[in-house]
Amino acid sequence: MPLILNQTEKRSRTAPSTTDRAEGSRPEQTSPPGSGQGSGASVLTRRIEEANAAGRVAFIPFITAGFPTPAKFREALRELDEGGADIIEVGVPFSDPVADGPMVQEASRRALAAGVGLRGILEELAEGAAGRKAPLVLMGYYNPFLRYGLERFARDAAAAGVSGCIVPDLPVDEDGPLRAALEAQGTALIPLVGVNTPVERMRAYARRAAGYVYLVSVLGVTGERSAFADELAEAFTRARSVFSLPLAVGFGFSGPAQLEGMPFRPQAVVVGSALLRFLDAGGSAADFMRRCA
Amino acid sequence: MKKGYFGEFGGCFVPELLMPPLLELEQACTDILPDKAFRTELDGLLRGYAGRETPLTLCPTLSRELGFNLYLKREDLLHTGAHKLNNTLGQALLAERMGKSVLAAETGAGQHGVATAAAAARLGLSCVVFMGEEDTRRQAANVMRMRLLGAEVRPVASGTRTLKDAINEALRFWIAEQRTTHYCFGTAAGPHPFPTLVRDLQSVIGEETKVQCRSAFGALPDVVVACVGGGSNAAGMFYPFVADPEADAVRLAGIEAGGTGEPGCYTSAPLNLGSPGVLHGQYSMLLQDADGQILPSHSVSAGLDYPGVGPEHAWFHKTGRVEYHVVVDAEALHAFARLCRSEGIIPALESSHALAWVLENAEALPAGGNVVVSLSGRGDKDMDIIREHMPDLCLPARAAEKEAVQCL
Ligand SMILES: Cc1ncc(COP(=O)(O)O)c(C=O)c1O
Repeated sequence: MPLILNQTEKRSRTAPSTTDRAEGSRPEQTSPPGSGQGSGASVLTRRIEEANAAGRVAFIPFITAGFPTPAKFREALRELDEGGADIIEVGVPFSDPVADGPMVQEASRRALAAGVGLRGILEELAEGAAGRKAPLVLMGYYNPFLRYGLERFARDAAAAGVSGCIVPDLPVDEDGPLRAALEAQGTALIPLVGVNTPVERMRAYARRAAGYVYLVSVLGVTGERSAFADELAEAFTRARSVFSLPLAVGFGFSGPAQLEGMPFRPQAVVVGSALLRFLDAGGSAADFMRRCA
Repeated sequence: MKKGYFGEFGGCFVPELLMPPLLELEQACTDILPDKAFRTELDGLLRGYAGRETPLTLCPTLSRELGFNLYLKREDLLHTGAHKLNNTLGQALLAERMGKSVLAAETGAGQHGVATAAAAARLGLSCVVFMGEEDTRRQAANVMRMRLLGAEVRPVASGTRTLKDAINEALRFWIAEQRTTHYCFGTAAGPHPFPTLVRDLQSVIGEETKVQCRSAFGALPDVVVACVGGGSNAAGMFYPFVADPEADAVRLAGIEAGGTGEPGCYTSAPLNLGSPGVLHGQYSMLLQDADGQILPSHSVSAGLDYPGVGPEHAWFHKTGRVEYHVVVDAEALHAFARLCRSEGIIPALESSHALAWVLENAEALPAGGNVVVSLSGRGDKDMDIIREHMPDLCLPARAAEKEAVQCL
């Protein structure tokens, strides 16, 4: 397989100060295949690093495709992009979303009822790809990708301007086939790790990770939270010592303001349920972006 | 073979957040299950509390009519009314050894919920049962039994409000409560190690059957039949035969629920009518649309009403070691009535599917041979459904005769 291993592209990691990193440990990250200059994976990393270099935590909104309606989704996607989202995560609806709380479940249910499916999503994203500034990440459960055909999916996703994928029900033990298909296109398979992920398992992810790393901030499902446990800070320190890629925190955040007062500073924050709720209540994505700025 | 796989089926497709408790459970299966003291305690509970061993009953009337010896493996006589307790007692004891104080469970018909609630009460654990809102209405008596046994029943209002959504909600609960909670999964499906764990705990059904057959007629049976929902009573019945080289000639038949059988209607028969995919942590056969969305299932028996099936059955199906057939609602209801009247046994509608296949295919079964049906549960829970579908059966005998005459 003609994979490009571009070692010269060794990133200058920005953001985390040395205190973020556990003493004496060395990240074992090597550039994964497909992280060459123009690959989707490297674009994701670079976007977060650019935000950090400008003194910001990168902002990653999540929106379920086809929600609140297919037309409003299209509009919201454009507004998130124009409003300065660093990366946009687009949710592929699934009938049985086990990692999601009530808001994302409801968004999925309604999107499916409106006839939204992976094929249509990829077509639509492909149409808008040219004018978009923010790179896209698709977040969805494994079965729709499997059903679509992993190699065909990887090709069509790359053509639609998708830079990375997050598959919440695909732990490192099972991710081989999808990762191989995505890597062949230079697309990142972004790991999801949690506050209960031990360091050895983090290392298993680190050997393969690309793009960025998603740290799930609560032992629970998606949905806004008012408080986070101390174990999040510990998990952050653990992850920082293992991964050289940027760390995004998500699950439970209503906006970047919630990071203030936290004993650590992630490189990116993902906001999902709060945005969906805002849109569902009639708010615009443009307003949401202004509020989060 | 890769860990947790049966051929290409199985695996562990769950959020990373669930990997630590699943790995902990896998370790416990290796360390605790074979332990002698554990075995002795579980054995004591199965005998002294659950009522093992269950009889192998010859059906004299049906045998005469069918032309072969029909035996029933009487899991309906197990405490709480179904084979489910074999599994929940084992998992509850395992959970206790693992230091967990809470058992979580999903339930469809309510049989696994009741069996989990009973095991929890017996061992002094708390119990939370997730049940689709739709099912809490259809199976109100079992909701009450669970509550009497001290369990908290949480109705699930998401998705199709049935078993598959109850599993989703139980998995979500387990993510958040994994430190104190063991998820007592109810069938031989789901992420590794559940398919193996549940099969092993249910294998007592098949082990006993082999011994009982040898003492009843001095040989292994010709045919063994079990209904397949997620596949636990069938796995427990079949596995000891599959694993035994001396049982290679024993024909094994798993029966899926075909629903109404009308074209275009939902079924619960993923092995016969589905395609491979990932649901609830496993790669197996399932009912899905062209986009990979899971389809609703349907069966008159709530316990078979599930769009997926355990991965080992997908493998047995693929290798051909076990044959799988479809029985529709009307055939199961008919078999239910016939067993009531012929043998004085009220079977669960789930088990009636297995019996129905034998009745419908009697001519193709070996004359003078020995056929065993796994009677996985009793029908007490199904009275409302029977009254709805077969009102005649529930009339006083005289009135029923009169009706029958009027119909002529
Ligand atoms: C009596 C009975 N038989 C069979 C089943 C189906 O489960 P399984 O296929 O796991 O044996 C159920 C499930 O509720 C049941 O109650």
